[in-house]
Amino acid sequence: MGIVQPQIARFQEPLALDCGRTLASYDIVYETYGQMNEARDNAILICHALSGDHHAAGYHAETDRKPGWWDSAIGPGKPIDTNRFFVVSLNNLGGCKGSTGPLSIDPATGKPYGPDFPIVTVQDWVHAQYRFMQRLGIDRWAAVIGGSLGGMQVLQWAITYPDALAHAIVIAAAPKLSAQNIAFNEVARQAIITDPDFHGGRYAEYGTIPRRGLMLARMLGHITYLSDDAMRAKFGRELRGGQIQYGFDVEFQVESYLRYQGSSFVDRFDANTYLLMTKALDYFDPAHGFGDDLSVALASVKASCLVVSFTSDWRFSPGRSREIVQALLAAGKRVSYAEIESNHGHDAFLVTIPYYHRVLAGYLAQIEGGSVA
Amino acid sequence: MIRPDWHIVEEWIAPGRRVLDLGCGDGALLGHLIDTRQIVGVGLELEDDHVAACIERGISVIQEDLDTGISDWFTPDSFDYVIVSQTIQAIRHPERLLVDMLKIAREGIVTFPNMGYWRNRVQLGLLGHMPINRALPNPWYNTPNIHLCTLTDFEALCDELGIDILDRAVVDRARRESPLLRALPNWFGEHAIYRIRRRD
Repeated sequence: MGIVQPQIARFQEPLALDCGRTLASYDIVYETYGQMNEARDNAILICHALSGDHHAAGYHAETDRKPGWWDSAIGPGKPIDTNRFFVVSLNNLGGCKGSTGPLSIDPATGKPYGPDFPIVTVQDWVHAQYRFMQRLGIDRWAAVIGGSLGGMQVLQWAITYPDALAHAIVIAAAPKLSAQNIAFNEVARQAIITDPDFHGGRYAEYGTIPRRGLMLARMLGHITYLSDDAMRAKFGRELRGGQIQYGFDVEFQVESYLRYQGSSFVDRFDANTYLLMTKALDYFDPAHGFGDDLSVALASVKASCLVVSFTSDWRFSPGRSREIVQALLAAGKRVSYAEIESNHGHDAFLVTIPYYHRVLAGYLAQIEGGSVA
Repeated sequence: MIRPDWHIVEEWIAPGRRVLDLGCGDGALLGHLIDTRQIVGVGLELEDDHVAACIERGISVIQEDLDTGISDWFTPDSFDYVIVSQTIQAIRHPERLLVDMLKIAREGIVTFPNMGYWRNRVQLGLLGHMPINRALPNPWYNTPNIHLCTLTDFEALCDELGIDILDRAVVDRARRESPLLRALPNWFGEHAIYRIRRRD
């Protein structure tokens, strides 16, 4: 994708949120890749996962070590082909990468929101994304695509704005969290909240960061993103120093990896945002208002759907994706489902797996031809 | 390529209906029925290459093993027709599949290689080895076909399961019908094509 630049869209019209509060105004930070065509019907929206943001592909500077989080799938000749599609990725409300969130200044107080930023839901995000779509002059996305929490946004899009997307691609997602999923999120949140440097979320005012808590939360998260096999293949029981030290310093390579992932996350992510994003995950349950029947919730869907899961994903196992597919089929919707063999765990949706990318590219190739629509 | 037996399947399917193809391969039959009968089609297939091929040609496909059960996926009577084309002989529990598929759709179309075909009888009965030919191309130790049957066997099973046979067609090597086939179908039919429905 080469060098890409984020942009800001400012919104002055108030946005009513599920929690009952209202954001009087807000910013959305976004990036685009490729060109919008004249008919304005080749736009694809990419929805990010828990710790993602608007930087999905390309580099911000020549010196960047890593590209955007989904660079493997977005670009010229890649499955989400920017030679054909105008690809849009944004940072959700409550994020910490420029969109209005806990780090932003609350116009009512002149101080950063911090813990006072309202709880946002997947539905709130989709409402904000819809306004953003209108701002770009797009009537209908050719496709809305996302993995994990991003896949949940796709599902919500298909339900809430059925006429505003032609295709929905839901990857490594679930129709709602299980008690186990919520339990992991709660441990992560408690690690942050009980950090002595957290100060009820007002750590910025105290000049601190809840480093240990955020690091623990991320370490826990990483364990759930990988699979047992992936960890064994990557680290085994390999020792860092070559022999056992009988102490509590880092000895195994996997400990070193987790500590590195945890501490580097602290430098790039805000603790209050992490709390908000995990809550958005916990609350997501589109069937809730429909008698807990997902197929009833999906009755409004007009988009053609592609659902993808990965065999070693235990955070959102293939069984969770099958629930989505079964509900779509029961509702009489058009859907394809691919179950990708992989040992990369939940993170597989970011990995270049030939069959996975063939499915994604093959599906998107049908869009322009019109035979899928 | 359009196979001659597809014409028979095609004749049995009314235009614009919902069709489920179990073991749909690369989606060629569904594609053909979409073109000729304007059906709304869904396939079920296990092999990665086949699933990808379906998606590439714009056919809706669900990646799943037919042996692990189809009733989880589809609600009763959600299709007009369910097709099992050249697949039932490779299924671990064909009797369960027949019952389950007729819950999903009232009518089913089943095609399979006829073990009673005279060439198969010659190879097994006279030459004393498991048949290998165009319809059954694999050696016994390396074949997906684990439950081969004859027309007589299939019809007996349908009767036992409370399944009515609405139509039967058999085709020869060229997969076309002929007078000899009609007279002695279990001898001269290389492939069997059945239209079935549950007895209520």
